Amino acid sequence: MAAPAVALEQIDWENPEQIGLWKDAWQRFRRNPVAVVGLVVIGLLVLIALIAPLLVAIGMVKDPLHQDVAHSYLGFSLQHPLGTDYLGRDLLGRVMYGARISLSLGILVQFVYLLIGGVIGLTAGYFGGKIDNLLMRFVDIWYAFPDLLFILVVVSILGSSLTTLFLALGIVGWVDLARLIRGQTLSIKEKEFVEGARAAGSSPLKIILKHLLPNTLGPIIVSLTFGIPRVIFLEAVLSYLGVGIRPPTPSWGVMLQDGYQAIFAYPHQVFVPAVAIAITMLSFSFIGDGLRDALDPRMRR
Amino acid sequence: MAAPLLRIEDLRTQFFTSRGIVRAVDGVSFHINKGETVAIVGESGSGKTMTAFSILRLVPDPGRIVSGKILFKDRDVVTMDNEEVRDYRGNDVAMIFQDPMTSMNPVTKVGTQIDEAMTAHERFSVKEAAARVVPLLKQVRIPAAEQRVKDYPHQFSGGMRQRAMIAMGLSNEPELLIADEPTTALDVTVQAQIIQLLKTLNREVGAAIILITHNMALVASMCQRVIVMYAGRIVEEGPVEQIFESPQHPYTWSLLRSVPRIDVARSERLVSIKGLPPDLMRLPPGCKFHPRCRFKVERCEREEPPLAEVAADQDARCWVLMRNVPEEKREETKAAEVSKQAAAELKQADQGTKPG
Amino acid sequence: MAVAKGAPARGALLSIKIPRGRGSSLALYIAKRILWLVPVLLFVITITFFMAHLAPGSPWDKAGGRQLSAPVVANLNLKYGLDAPLWVQYVKYLGNVAHLDFGLSYQYQNQTVSSILLESWPITATNGALAFLLIVPVGIGLGVIAALRQNTWVDFAVGGFSTFGASVPNLIIGILLIIVFSVGAYRVTGGNVFLPTGGFGLDDHLIMPVITLAVLPIAFIARLTRSSTLDVLRQDYIRTAWAKGLRERLVVMKHVLKNSLIPVVTALGPTFAFLVTGSVIVESVFAIPGIGRTFVTAVQSRDYPLILATTILFALVVALANLVVDLLYVVIDPRVRLS
Repeated sequence: MAAPAVALEQIDWENPEQIGLWKDAWQRFRRNPVAVVGLVVIGLLVLIALIAPLLVAIGMVKDPLHQDVAHSYLGFSLQHPLGTDYLGRDLLGRVMYGARISLSLGILVQFVYLLIGGVIGLTAGYFGGKIDNLLMRFVDIWYAFPDLLFILVVVSILGSSLTTLFLALGIVGWVDLARLIRGQTLSIKEKEFVEGARAAGSSPLKIILKHLLPNTLGPIIVSLTFGIPRVIFLEAVLSYLGVGIRPPTPSWGVMLQDGYQAIFAYPHQVFVPAVAIAITMLSFSFIGDGLRDALDPRMRR
Repeated sequence: MAAPLLRIEDLRTQFFTSRGIVRAVDGVSFHINKGETVAIVGESGSGKTMTAFSILRLVPDPGRIVSGKILFKDRDVVTMDNEEVRDYRGNDVAMIFQDPMTSMNPVTKVGTQIDEAMTAHERFSVKEAAARVVPLLKQVRIPAAEQRVKDYPHQFSGGMRQRAMIAMGLSNEPELLIADEPTTALDVTVQAQIIQLLKTLNREVGAAIILITHNMALVASMCQRVIVMYAGRIVEEGPVEQIFESPQHPYTWSLLRSVPRIDVARSERLVSIKGLPPDLMRLPPGCKFHPRCRFKVERCEREEPPLAEVAADQDARCWVLMRNVPEEKREETKAAEVSKQAAAELKQADQGTKPG
Repeated sequence: MAVAKGAPARGALLSIKIPRGRGSSLALYIAKRILWLVPVLLFVITITFFMAHLAPGSPWDKAGGRQLSAPVVANLNLKYGLDAPLWVQYVKYLGNVAHLDFGLSYQYQNQTVSSILLESWPITATNGALAFLLIVPVGIGLGVIAALRQNTWVDFAVGGFSTFGASVPNLIIGILLIIVFSVGAYRVTGGNVFLPTGGFGLDDHLIMPVITLAVLPIAFIARLTRSSTLDVLRQDYIRTAWAKGLRERLVVMKHVLKNSLIPVVTALGPTFAFLVTGSVIVESVFAIPGIGRTFVTAVQSRDYPLILATTILFALVVALANLVVDLLYVVIDPRVRLS
């Protein structure tokens, strides 16, 4: 006889079989060469971001803030592998430091998404009825409105700093998570064991939280993986438009703007950050696609 | 003797998957006469549906007809070019499917879907086709057909959709209608109506019908001949009454035993066939049924029996044959099965009462 | 909101139950949906208005690049009505907006916001409309071809393009296009750009901006079309269509596309949001004097009347696009109930 079909909701998180599920997903992920390439690239990037100050300290990479106007707009050389910018600052160092900003912003903002999306989704799903209706309409309006516009308005009003940027990026982009968590909460609430818990006098919310995480972890991870490049892109756009990270801080968006000014004379100046952004975003997409396929084999085409 | 309407010779249909070759249909030969009703029975995975898809050359990817002949009125379907096959489908041979809920395009009106089945072929002019839709729906007993033609499938009930599918199948007056489990998705009273309808149409229109099913009760109620398939091959074939009276292959015998019968006492009820259908990628040597067979002898594990005549008009693929199995032994195994099943049921009931 | 049975409910903005008879119920539905725009816009206006006015600092902080004297600031506040209590300003502003009066721009002090919008809107609309005309056929075409030729090199090429287009931002694509077609051409020909890098005109000025604008939505639509077409190709009713002996063209056009494009139509709403966001970026990269660029300069100089008005305009465009898409959905899918 075939093993009885186990409803996903009934899988125990501590159960070794569940671990097998993740091992399985990892197996599938590993067999996807594109996703693995993405993972390797991002791994390298994280490594670079981590050791960049060390490399500067031991002199392998030039200080990204050190100006040397006499040697501005240099091309590729041994001294400056990616050349220098209009103030003679080392582009390699700036790209490496830019990775620090892009990656940390990209990852940190995901926690804000998780917090807002989680609270709104849980509240809507748990209470249901009018509260759910109201919150979901709010989410709909939020969803329909282009987030870049909203961020621009917030940044223009609060002034640009890393903190405002963090705030502005955080209050958009949580919509998918809110919907995901609401849907799961609603379906778990319907389950008998929640009723049982209520009858036994224990808190249904606790039960829901206990079951929510294992069931939604996969989709949440996928959603967050796609969220990171989105944030990296928004930072670049805001800084490029002059309302994001302030010079002289070496962010990729700032570098884009600096380079764009000299695009005709020295196209490599803008090319360097452009390629860095493109590769990073592509790699995250590869990982996201790979994760989605690995975590939900039914979705595979 | 008149040539049969459809003659299939040594048909092999295989699926080329990344895990290996699946031999869905493995050397099947049979024929269908004009106006005849023939049942193809077997469990899922026995190859009955793929045989039907092969007849229409509708085998889905990654499947392919590898060899054999499908002669419809002496024209080989396997070697037809694409345009010939297109004109043959729905015109010479029509098919109705298992699930009427999913077999109709949800965004096209029912009438249009019947109409286009006719305009795809030259048998009727565009005008004639349009005029035939309502009478066809009436013929399959759809009430208020004049209004219903403009409805979309979701406005029809399951039984009505299957009637509409039958109307679509009959629209070009095909000489052969293949019905693939036409009643499985419907509830019991509707099932009876659909079978009644198919019988009437067979009588009135004269189309031959291949009924594909795993339900022996349906076979008895409407077919003249039955073909039993197992693991992509025919294991027994013959007139329905004769086969029901004296099945010679143990698989057929088991299938017949698994039919619930009102006239048989409760102590003698249902004997299900133990074990699972074989993995078509890793077929056992010898007789493909031997791992599940209660009456096997040593030879069955070694050598595959041929499909041989065992009585007038009746062929079976078996070294033993049921007539050689003494009555006591059949009863013995049946009794053992029944007690085993009762034990399993008890155990299940016991588990059900345990605090979960 | 039109929601198909079993289809994912994309934002149930309204839940009025209307019976399946079309005609008058459809008109009622449209009326209610348009009425629903009012609270949505009010929401957008209120949030933006209060954020702008409660923010620290004044719009005159940066004017002219130097600190203005107190009497000048007082004068300016008087001119723009900024001396009144905030709620009075708010009510007054709402009243004015109802009469389509968006006030004077802070930044261009002699121009009304309306005149600025009227000037820049046609430019953005032209680029957006051209991009849209490119997106729909190319996106759908690529998706359908990829699905029909699944696992061939065509499919892989479309897949590669979709991944690229969906992940590499238009900002980068615009810059790369300029590097290749303007800077590169300039270098190769020794002084002639192949395509102009900026400005607006009904000529080759349109090419790079429209392409930049269209890449992401094309990738998005192609992906969606491919997966929904593959989904439909597996459906039982497609097998029925083949079994009836229909010609391939009819099977694809009538049975496959009619079903597989339903989810694509619903995705055209978000496409408008892409275009709006895209216009902000593309107009900045290519120096196009459209609404997107106006918005950015307004943001940079805290020109609140202009920020408010452009925000309202964008919100209206997106909301109307969603309404049209929902109505289209009702028309193409008979299973949809207005509810």
